Amino acid sequence: MSAHGITQADVRAVNLPRRRVVNRTMELLAWLAALVAVAFLFLIVWSVARKGASQLNLDLLTKTPSVGFFASGKSGIANAFAGSLVIVALATAMALPVGILVAIYLSEFAPAAIRNTVSIALDVLNGIPAIVIGIFVYGLLVLGHGQSGLAGAFALACIMLPLVARATMEVLALVPSSLREASLGLGVPRWRTTLSIVLPQTIGGVVTGTVLAVARVAGETAPLLFTSSIVGSKVSWNPLHALQTIPVAIFELSDSADPADHARAWAAALVLLLFILATSLAARWLATRQRRRLSTSR
Amino acid sequence: MITIDRAVKVETRRQPIPPRDRLERIFHIEELAALYGGKPAIKGVTLEIYKNLVTAVIGPSGCGKSTFIRCLNRMNDLIPGFSQTGVIRYHGQDITGGDVDPVAVRRHIGMVFQRPNPFPKSIYDNVAWGLKVLGLKDNLDDRVERALTQAALWDEVKDRLKASALSLSGGQQQRLCIARAIAVEPDVVLMDEPASALDPIATSAIEGLMNDLKSEYTFVIVTHNMQQAARVADMTAFFSISRGGEGERFGELVEYDATQKIFTAPADTRTEDYVTGRFG
Repeated sequence: MSAHGITQADVRAVNLPRRRVVNRTMELLAWLAALVAVAFLFLIVWSVARKGASQLNLDLLTKTPSVGFFASGKSGIANAFAGSLVIVALATAMALPVGILVAIYLSEFAPAAIRNTVSIALDVLNGIPAIVIGIFVYGLLVLGHGQSGLAGAFALACIMLPLVARATMEVLALVPSSLREASLGLGVPRWRTTLSIVLPQTIGGVVTGTVLAVARVAGETAPLLFTSSIVGSKVSWNPLHALQTIPVAIFELSDSADPADHARAWAAALVLLLFILATSLAARWLATRQRRRLSTSR
Repeated sequence: MITIDRAVKVETRRQPIPPRDRLERIFHIEELAALYGGKPAIKGVTLEIYKNLVTAVIGPSGCGKSTFIRCLNRMNDLIPGFSQTGVIRYHGQDITGGDVDPVAVRRHIGMVFQRPNPFPKSIYDNVAWGLKVLGLKDNLDDRVERALTQAALWDEVKDRLKASALSLSGGQQQRLCIARAIAVEPDVVLMDEPASALDPIATSAIEGLMNDLKSEYTFVIVTHNMQQAARVADMTAFFSISRGGEGERFGELVEYDATQKIFTAPADTRTEDYVTGRFG
């Protein structure tokens, strides 16, 4: 020890007890911060479940809202479930192909300058508040044409596009370049290499990104208020008309005078939460599987 | 045992090389320079590569061996910021120009890479996929069997062709990559340190198959293993690092001759220092 100029006394002089206390304190603070994050999630789920449980039944999913003064107690928001299904499915159908193509172009073909510029543009698009996208689509599609499920789906697709494109770019970057070289070295054209060798490797990641994007837009309210909110109470699957959706239904039910409607709003919120939880877990599972597969194939 | 046996066979099997003017030229490379982002990696490389011979490229790390052979099938095109000057004539035709389709070049000049990179497909599909994509669909099974046999892998995998290629050992994967490369009937096979990640037995298997196949193909092999070059190559090119003005470093061709000559009576002292182990 003394050869390095450090003696026992030196080591002891560095005030070990005080360092121990600081260490413990910081560890506790970090632990508390983590607890707060988890606690908030738990509180939200718990309060939503407690308040919505009474109305969480089959009627909620199968009955349409009863309207008028003599409304019976048995009513639900089946129209909102149908509408959400149609609008989210349409939005996915719009955003998925475009998002994947954008990602393939940027990751596999575009020069660095274009890739960087468009990537930033995607990040900016991702950061645009949902209500701004709602107003934009309102001006673009709703003014003069009226509300429609299609307009709502388009607004949601604008939100999904950067999410899908960014997720796809991330998995494309994970595909080892040695695999591309293997195919190109055979004299296989680049488009064919991308299509047959690179893309199949990314399916898991693309699905994960899409599922997360679906979970995100399924709960979006603001863009739909502008584009698909003036609705009747019948179940409709026609996207050319305005369709009721779960988030908008929650928004409207919470404004109702009837306390049973409030409970229904909570129940709908619970269904939405469960849906998002399930899709997020599914996405997590798919992502782990994808990563394992890529790591074994080097 | 196998290694020794193979090494002896390699030594005895090698034919003396006919005079160079009687050999058919596959590549005629003149004043080739390759640059990454404007900085030269190799400069002033001039040599001829002959048909049905194994040509080895040796030299210390960073001398541009890999850069050099990746020029021969336009593989460097994929690297951003890469540029090159000079002429590479392949059967008399310059393949460096922008009007040449790199896909067509690679179709005739196959490549085996440093680390085995089989597709995440079955053993069969690894060989068959390229054949299908490139339109060699007739007698697919026969072609796959022939390629795997040539790559000295058929006996080991014939009972599990549907198994994933990733379940093979590293040496088997590399031989599969060789089978994949030769299945599409290239003219030249470039090998970029094909055995550097393999054990001695797998290495000798690959060296042996190069010897067996050179009557059909022309091989150019990059290796940092001088014994390997001595064992497999008919011709050897020695690259070294030179220093230009302003501290720039680049690789250049020091000496190119019959392997026997490079290893026993090199003309340049730098070659001699390298092959005798005094440097690098």
